[in-house]
Amino acid sequence: MNPVATPFFFYALAAVAVLSAIAVIMRRNPVHSAIALIFTLLSLAGLYLMLYAPFVAGVQIILYVGGIVVLFLFVIMLINIDRMEREYQFNKQWLVGLLAAAVLGTLFVAVYVKGQAIFPQHAVRFPEQLNTQQVGKMLYVDYLLPFEIASLLLLVAIVGAVVMAKKRI
Amino acid sequence: MEITTLHYLVVAAALFIIGTIGVLTRRNVVIILMSIELILNAVNLNLVAFSRLYGLHGQVFSIFVITDAAAEAAVGLGILIAFFRNKETINADEIDLLKF
Amino acid sequence: MSDFLNYLSSNVTPGQAGAYLWVTIYILIIFAVASVAVMAMTWLERKILAHMQVRLGPMRVGPHGLLQPIADAVKLLIKEDIIPEGADKLVFWMAPVVVVITAFTTYIVIPFGPTHAVTDMNIGILFMLGVASLGTLGIIMAGWASNSHYPLLGSLRSSAQMVSYEVAMGMAVVSAVLMTSLTGAGAYGIGATAANSLGTLSMIGIVEAQMNQHVWFIFKFFPLGFAAFGIFAIAMVAETNRAPFDLPEAESELTAGFHTEYSGFRWSLFFMAEYAAMIAVASIAVTLWLGGWLRPFPHWLSGDPWGTAFSFFPALTFFVLAGMSFRATIRMPEHPYFKIQKTGLGIFGLVLGAIGLVLLVPPVRDRIQDIYWFTIKVAAFMYLYIWYRGTFPRYRFDQLMKLGWKFMIPAGIGVLILTALVGVL
Repeated sequence: MNPVATPFFFYALAAVAVLSAIAVIMRRNPVHSAIALIFTLLSLAGLYLMLYAPFVAGVQIILYVGGIVVLFLFVIMLINIDRMEREYQFNKQWLVGLLAAAVLGTLFVAVYVKGQAIFPQHAVRFPEQLNTQQVGKMLYVDYLLPFEIASLLLLVAIVGAVVMAKKRI
Repeated sequence: MEITTLHYLVVAAALFIIGTIGVLTRRNVVIILMSIELILNAVNLNLVAFSRLYGLHGQVFSIFVITDAAAEAAVGLGILIAFFRNKETINADEIDLLKF
Repeated sequence: MSDFLNYLSSNVTPGQAGAYLWVTIYILIIFAVASVAVMAMTWLERKILAHMQVRLGPMRVGPHGLLQPIADAVKLLIKEDIIPEGADKLVFWMAPVVVVITAFTTYIVIPFGPTHAVTDMNIGILFMLGVASLGTLGIIMAGWASNSHYPLLGSLRSSAQMVSYEVAMGMAVVSAVLMTSLTGAGAYGIGATAANSLGTLSMIGIVEAQMNQHVWFIFKFFPLGFAAFGIFAIAMVAETNRAPFDLPEAESELTAGFHTEYSGFRWSLFFMAEYAAMIAVASIAVTLWLGGWLRPFPHWLSGDPWGTAFSFFPALTFFVLAGMSFRATIRMPEHPYFKIQKTGLGIFGLVLGAIGLVLLVPPVRDRIQDIYWFTIKVAAFMYLYIWYRGTFPRYRFDQLMKLGWKFMIPAGIGVLILTALVGVL
């Protein structure tokens, strides 16, 4: 089945992603930021689907939106946000920060303008119906050691989070 | 109009810059952590966009990045709760004591 | 238009065939049927609970309270819609919408039959779990936006509970997905080809694997499939916030939990989403372990006499229901007060009987079978939900967490490892 209206969906999803990303860093209320972050993550999942990466899109939804953002919201509710909403939202170095970001942006533009020629222009089409199986095979064959290291990282993170959040160990 | 890889890269770059601005300018640590998530997502979009050109390695790597983001969020928010319990604030510029 | 008619002769789901009109029709049908099912569930739940407690339940609106759901719906729609003082209006407004959308989006990939699904995805089960987990967000948003203590506590409880039980649920699901690739009897099965030693996450693929392996996954590797199913069956009750794990809305402690401040139409959205999610999660269980749309013994009792015999079941079910309503009509007391109710119930019985007659027509009879067997299995789960609510006392929150983290997750991991071992050895 061939995709339909690709430009429309791309621009819609990209616009939602970027606008909600701006909302994430501009809102006073962290809960609103978290909700904007959800929209960014979901539209990125849509973009992954457009790039023929359904497994990454699924993992994005289940892990990022269903796990990490829920964790964020959970923590926001545990801390007191009423006082923070009335304070200054930006720190004293905001001008320097903006400047640095602008320089970074220029760098990106320069790289893309210069480097566009070396991208392969034709996309490789992978069989979409086998995406999960291929990713799985790659994880367990080519990237077995990184996979194990990632599991170790998660173990360390669990222990670290418990130690940090517990009142008395 | 055909949507090429460059289109996706531009979106990713925009997200990356927005995330950077968030990390550099906001005081609220929760939002700084969210901005880091934005940056990681921009990286992921780049990886997946290139995986269409160079094979599935990018997708596999983006799964590692998501794992990493989960670990980072868990530890970061754990630190945040520990800090809030001690100082009743989560502003980044008030985290100025090395030792309590 | 030719696309529209061409689809009828294809043997894939409309989403895969690219027949967008059919996709729309399927979505509308599923939405309508799910809404009716939710209404029926509210009536059944009140009735069955009442009978379990030796009460009558709703009896006034219509014969045996059959019109009670409609009366409830009208009452909820004309009720005043209150937004509490100090609530975050946008988030308050968004929360029920999020909950309903996530509850109904999962229906896209539920396979009611080999071609009766909106679409079949490569990541079907992953998509379902992911979208189902988004429901938590709606609940957290509702609790936070209400700007009140009970809802906040309710939503905190709910998110903690759903996040922790999701892990156990995922482990059980993964062990079922593993079974699609392991044909047993030696490494990847002797004589297994590359095609069938590949696992799948697609919902239709999982049911087809059960058909090809001649076994429902609940009976595969005997105690293991059953254990995984048990873990899922417990976790799914916790996921949908139903008794005995209904702590987020525990009346005695938290008034009504996260939807305390909601009223009227918005509240009815939460209500609808809860039941829709129950049906969705039950269909995951049916698809993964109970053979989806497959009828009992499709291989052992195959062949013509058995095939025809099993195809009479849908009509038979409706005839039994019609018979029950006729019996109730006859047993109603002779009193002018009951005259309208009596005619109403009689007509209801006649309608059920007529549906049964329609299901006897051979072309309908053959096409409806898959959907019938799927629905009847889901209905059994729905009865189980109500049964739990009628019998089990509510858990305490620390007990719930202890059960989740110290029993369910280790058990899930153990079952997963054992499944892999038994499958490969």
